[in-house]
Amino acid sequence: MRKKLLSVAMTLTLGLGAAMPSLANTLRISEASDIASLDPYSVTESNTLGFLHHIYEPLVRYNAELKLEPALATRWEVVEPNVWRFELREGVTFHNGNTLNADDVVASIKRAIDPNAPIRINVPTVVDARKVGEMSVDIVLSTADPLLLNYLTNVYIFDKEWMTENNALQAIDLRKGEENYATTHANGTGPFKLESRQPDAKTVLEVNPQWWDKVQHNLTRIEFTPISSDATRVAALLSGEIDLMYPAPLQDIKRIDSTAGVQVLQAPSLRTIMFGMNQRDEQLHDSDIKGKNPLKDARVRKALYQAINMELIQKKVMRGNSRNSALVVAPEVPGYEAALNERFPFDAAAAKALLAEAGYPDGFRVGLDCTNDRYVNDEEICQAVVSMWARVGIKANLTAQSKGNHFQKMLSGGSDIYMFGWATLPMLDTFSALTGFLATPAEKLGTWNPGGYSNARIDELIGQISSELDEPKRRAMLAETLKIARDEVALIPLHQQPLSWGIREGITLPQTPDDKPRLWYAKVN
Amino acid sequence: MLSFLIRRLGQSMLVMLAVALLAFSMFRFVGDPVTNMLSQDASVEEREQLRDSLGLSEPLYVQFSTFVVQAAQGDFGISYRNQRPVSELIAERMPATLELVAVAFIISLLVGVPMGVYSALKSHSWLSHVFQTLSLVGISLPTFVTGILLILTFSVTLNWLPSFGRGEVVNIGWWSTGLLTASGLKSLILPGIMLGLFQVTLIMRLVRAEMMEVLRTDYIRFARARGLSNRAVNFGHALKNTLMPVITIIGLQLGAMIAFAIITETVFQWPGMGFLFIQAVSFVDIPVMSAYLLLVSLIFVVINIIVDMLYFLLDPRLCADRGTANSH
Repeated sequence: MRKKLLSVAMTLTLGLGAAMPSLANTLRISEASDIASLDPYSVTESNTLGFLHHIYEPLVRYNAELKLEPALATRWEVVEPNVWRFELREGVTFHNGNTLNADDVVASIKRAIDPNAPIRINVPTVVDARKVGEMSVDIVLSTADPLLLNYLTNVYIFDKEWMTENNALQAIDLRKGEENYATTHANGTGPFKLESRQPDAKTVLEVNPQWWDKVQHNLTRIEFTPISSDATRVAALLSGEIDLMYPAPLQDIKRIDSTAGVQVLQAPSLRTIMFGMNQRDEQLHDSDIKGKNPLKDARVRKALYQAINMELIQKKVMRGNSRNSALVVAPEVPGYEAALNERFPFDAAAAKALLAEAGYPDGFRVGLDCTNDRYVNDEEICQAVVSMWARVGIKANLTAQSKGNHFQKMLSGGSDIYMFGWATLPMLDTFSALTGFLATPAEKLGTWNPGGYSNARIDELIGQISSELDEPKRRAMLAETLKIARDEVALIPLHQQPLSWGIREGITLPQTPDDKPRLWYAKVN
Repeated sequence: MLSFLIRRLGQSMLVMLAVALLAFSMFRFVGDPVTNMLSQDASVEEREQLRDSLGLSEPLYVQFSTFVVQAAQGDFGISYRNQRPVSELIAERMPATLELVAVAFIISLLVGVPMGVYSALKSHSWLSHVFQTLSLVGISLPTFVTGILLILTFSVTLNWLPSFGRGEVVNIGWWSTGLLTASGLKSLILPGIMLGLFQVTLIMRLVRAEMMEVLRTDYIRFARARGLSNRAVNFGHALKNTLMPVITIIGLQLGAMIAFAIITETVFQWPGMGFLFIQAVSFVDIPVMSAYLLLVSLIFVVINIIVDMLYFLLDPRLCADRGTANSH
């Protein structure tokens, strides 16, 4: 405590003294919610993992274009179909001065694949890690897995000695009700190191002068302040108290852009927003059609699809900032096929004809479940869709509620038509959409497919794709599944929602569609 | 007196148990914490497993009795969101809330009482009418609107005061204070005004009404007839008697301010207990929510007991007739 007091006193005197010039390269950033923990194995949330990437680093990482590149590993090869050998980078030091070696990597992987570690879910096929040499490690998988590198981008490497000293060799297990040293302390190899953290108030990082990589940024300090109220976050940007905020609320974009000195960076994100449909039950929960389920009929699903005027939604609800999509994944996601990305056109007459053909000339009533606090303009999108469907005779009964309630209802199979979004993160591959919501629900597959969509060919392809190490072959199979899903209207994809960052002029930063600012590319003028 | 105190304590325990039970029966409507804790790819079994091991699949009465037994031992569990002991989290946030409430409380007294006295004494002057109108605005404007207007004016347009946070804080033991640094003091002004504004108008109206009442009583007329100076009559006799009921009300309001600083804390990103609670609600962080609600009921119960004891001290009639002793 005395040490803490002293350091506070020192920052105070420095702050009041002549230390102002060093503040010039401080980047003050803000997000809607605080990071949950400093331990990257205790959460799977992408905002926490994105921020901790500045302190900790994985073996391989994504660059500004979301392409994989070597980080703490320099080379890798597939020794056997289920064994990958990684050569580690020489001369990398942790913030506490220790040098990176194979023991650290083995201990980290073992910590991540512990059955009780929350991050375990992000590395499903890894079963073991073995030290081969001082700087080389084998990672053993339960089966051949083409996505191992994608998975490893989320496994940050810890220092074994540090974990042992502080009794943190295992990640936190909420069930045991004990605290973990790594929740409140951090020691990585990244471009920045932790200076101080007050949860929900401020987390400060300072530059790591010993970083192994070529330095492209010119920052000396990062101050991260979560601000949950949209209005306050915007005010803080406008008044110059922060330099970068994400997300910038859509309704304030014009105001930010029209203010001198700040601007909004916008781009479609990876997250595709969709409607899933109940194709499993014999009868819908909230419908006037009894004894049968109209959504099992592909013509009805296509009618619902074609009755939605996505251009209008794009223009009016999303203010031109979203990207309409025919596929369930964004263009940046491996497996996406530009040639397939063609929506069935908006055509109310065709929709009516399809409904009549399916035996519902007067339409029917159906329940529609949406979130009101999860996706960009989620409730507004659903309201617009309700009135569009009304024109072809579909009377949708909209329930818009908070995400906790919505997902509980949806995942337990209580919804007729339900809204959800999928960014394919953390895997960043079309395969995530396949196993998540295109596979027939069974054990680990189709956990986000409460509607019960099922196609034998897709299920067959999933089995093949999961262990196909030949990339072109794998991509072709991924594209085939996307085509089947599109043609059968497995779901109604709407768009990729926009991500928007508010930024002070004079700061340059690549905007990555996974909504994780990578500040080691940031420059402050 | 002692038997009364014991009886009140017993009643308070019942009240707190009832609050905890109500809170628990509400949690099931807030949503499922497990969806927030696991990633999208988690399988149904993994979700079930986590739910089982957190004890969430137990029937309500089992969850409730486990909570009560552990809470009685001072163990509130580990927060799902922050992954740290709940009691530690609340202790960390408490100084921020208490300092904010203290500042708001002082502002409301320093501004509210003089305004009330003035508008009672000179009820027909134009300034009194201005005060009356302002108090109407203060009472009817939702607090988050005042907060945002304050931010727009003093942070964005004038750039005088920070729009969020506590500024630099200094740790004295486990207590973190913003009162010792310039930026900490500056950060207290806007949220203090926002939280205090409603109290200002309330206190002003209360003081005004009570004082006008008192000014009409016989002893004030006698005092005037005795030829005492205006000053002695107004402040020596009238104000003193006015303040008795006012103190009771603002005492209770103090509890309300501690418990419901939530909106102010959310608007200003104030790292206090209310903000912790709001975050817990959106994450369905059951351990934090239950501990906070219990704490709030404790604050109210304690304040109520203190007020009851004050009645005993102030009103001798209650001591004589202890059988019917009861608060309001």
